[in-house]
Amino acid sequence: MQGKCGLFFTTYAKECQVFHTDFQKSTVALFFLVLLAAPFFLSSYQVSLLNLINIAVIGAVSLNLLTGSCGQISLGHGAFIGVGAYATGICTLNGWPFLPALLFGGATTALVGMIFGIPSLRLKGIYLAIATLAAQLILVYIFMHWTSVTGGAIGMGLDPPVILGYSFDTDLKMFYLTLFFAVSAVLIVKNILRTKSGRAFVAIRDFHLSAESVGINLFRYKLQAFGVSSFLAGIAGGLWAHYTMYINPEQFEIGLSIQYLAMIIIGGLGSVIGSVFGAVFLTLLPEALGIVANLLSGFFPDISTYFLAMRDGIFGLILVFFLIFEPDGLARRWQLAKSYFKLHPFAH
Amino acid sequence: MSLLEVRNVTLTFKGIAALMDVGFSVEKGQIVSLIGPNGAGKTSMLNCISGRYHPDSGEITLNGKNLLALPAHARMSTGMSRTFQNIALFKGMSVLDNLMVGRHSRITYGLLASLLYFGRARKEEDIHRRRVEEVIDFLGLSSYRHKVAGSLPYGVQKLVELGRALAAEPELILLDEPMAGMNLEETEEMARYILDINEEWKITVLLVEHDMGVVMDISDRVVVLDFGQLLAEGAPEEVQSNPDVIAAYLGGENASFLGI
Repeated sequence: MQGKCGLFFTTYAKECQVFHTDFQKSTVALFFLVLLAAPFFLSSYQVSLLNLINIAVIGAVSLNLLTGSCGQISLGHGAFIGVGAYATGICTLNGWPFLPALLFGGATTALVGMIFGIPSLRLKGIYLAIATLAAQLILVYIFMHWTSVTGGAIGMGLDPPVILGYSFDTDLKMFYLTLFFAVSAVLIVKNILRTKSGRAFVAIRDFHLSAESVGINLFRYKLQAFGVSSFLAGIAGGLWAHYTMYINPEQFEIGLSIQYLAMIIIGGLGSVIGSVFGAVFLTLLPEALGIVANLLSGFFPDISTYFLAMRDGIFGLILVFFLIFEPDGLARRWQLAKSYFKLHPFAH
Repeated sequence: MSLLEVRNVTLTFKGIAALMDVGFSVEKGQIVSLIGPNGAGKTSMLNCISGRYHPDSGEITLNGKNLLALPAHARMSTGMSRTFQNIALFKGMSVLDNLMVGRHSRITYGLLASLLYFGRARKEEDIHRRRVEEVIDFLGLSSYRHKVAGSLPYGVQKLVELGRALAAEPELILLDEPMAGMNLEETEEMARYILDINEEWKITVLLVEHDMGVVMDISDRVVVLDFGQLLAEGAPEEVQSNPDVIAAYLGGENASFLGI
C-alpha cells in the first residue's frame, strides 16, 4: 500500500483498515447498493450469470489463498469443489437443513483438502502440482464409481436451498444468498491475509527456510492453508450444487481446476481483488464471445458455429497473453488505473 | 550458567565431518564472534543451533533448555533469532510485514480470531505493531516501511533482515556474516547497530564474520574454528597472537591479516 498525499493515520489500527478515505468507503457502499438493486432491472438469465460469478468468486478467492499467497500450486481445486457439492447434496437429500449441510460440506472438503495437502510438506512447485493432480483424478474417480452414494454417472438431482422455511427457488432469491457467501469469503480471506496466518502463508511462499527460522511451523501452516482454502471451495461447491440443482462427476473434471487457476492468474496471484476480477472475467468471457459472434454473424453467417468451436482456443490465447503481457494480472491494471486517476491531470 | 552452551557437537554429511567435537559457550550480555577460514564450519555451527542441521552427537542448550530436542520452528520461542549469510527476506512482502513475521512466535491469537479480525486479532496486532515500530525507528527504516522488501538496495535488505531478527525480541541473536558485501560506511553502520543491540537492548550476540577488523574491535570473546575443529577461544588479543590461529589463516608466515 502506498501512502497517499494528504492521508495521515493517527493510530496503527486505522492504517490497517481496508478502506481508508470517506471517498473509498462511499464508493464501495454505492457499488453494493447498485449490486443489490441490479437484479430487479436485469433479466433472469443475466441474474443467473451474477450467481455464477458469486460462486466463482468464492472458488477463486479460496484457490488464490492457497496458490497465490501460500505458493502451494493446486490442480485439484475443481475436485475439491466437487467434494463440497456432493457432501452438501448428500446431506440435504438425507433431510438435513441447508445451512448445516453446507457447513458439513465445507468441513468435509477441508478434511479431504488437508489429507491431499500432506504431501506439500515434502513436495514443492511442479511436484506438488502433480500430487494435487492425483487428488483431482482420484476424487473424480470416486464421484464416478461410488454409485451408491454419489449416483455415479447419472448424477444427483437436488432441490433449491431452503433456509428456515424460506425457499431460494429463483435466480433473484439465489442471488442474495450467493452474494452473502461471496462477500463473506472475500472478507475472511482478506482478514487472514492481514493477520498472523496470512503473513505466515506468504512467508512460506517467499522463503520457506527462513519462514521456519522465524518460528513458523511449516507443516501446520501449509495444512491450514489447504484446510481454509478447501473449506471455502466446499462452500462454493455446495452452493453450486443447490443452485444448478443437478450435479454429475463431469462437472468437476480437471477442466474446472484449470479454469480456477486461469481465474487467479488473469486476476492476479496473491491478490484478493484480483480473484474477484478473474472470476468476473472468466465467467463473462463466453458471453462476450457470444455477443461478438452475434455481431459478426451479419457479415459471416456461419461464424457462431466456428466461434463455439474456437472458444477453448480463445480462452487459451487470452491466458497466454496475460502470462506474457500482464503476469501480475488485472489487479495490477486496477492499481495503475486507480493511481492514474488519483494523479490526473498531473503525470507524477 | 552460560546463556548458550555448545558441548561436543559433531556434524557429518555422509561421512565428511563438518564439525568435530566442538564446544564453546556464550555468556549472557557478550558479543561472541565465530571465525575461521572458509569451510571451517561456522555457518554449519549456526545451523545446528538454529535447527536447520541436526548434529550427530553433542548437546546445545539455551538457558539450560536442550535445543536439540526441539524442531527448528519451536526454537524461536526459547529466545533466539537469526539472520542469514545470503539475504533470506520474504521478497514479496513489505518491510513492515517482514518485521511482523519476525514476531510470529510471539503472537498468540489463532486462526479463528484471524478470520474475524475485529476484536482479539486487531487488539493484539496493535501491540505487536508498536514493538515493530520501535525496531523500525532504531534501524532508521521508516522511509522503507511500506516498500516491497525485494525491491530495496542490498544494504537496506541486510538491515531489514537484522530488523526481522530483532523484532522477535530475542535474548540471543545469531548473525551470519552481517557485513558481507558491504562497503566501509555500511560496515561501520552495521557494527554500530550490533554494539547498540548489545548495550541498549541487552541482547547477546553470536557473530559469524570475515571482517577481522570488526571482529577484533567489537567482540568480547572470539571462537576460532578450523576444518570443523575448535582451534582457539579467548579474548580478541589472545586469539590474535595465537600462533595456531595465524597458521590456520596464513600458513604461518605473514600475520598482518589479523591486524597485528
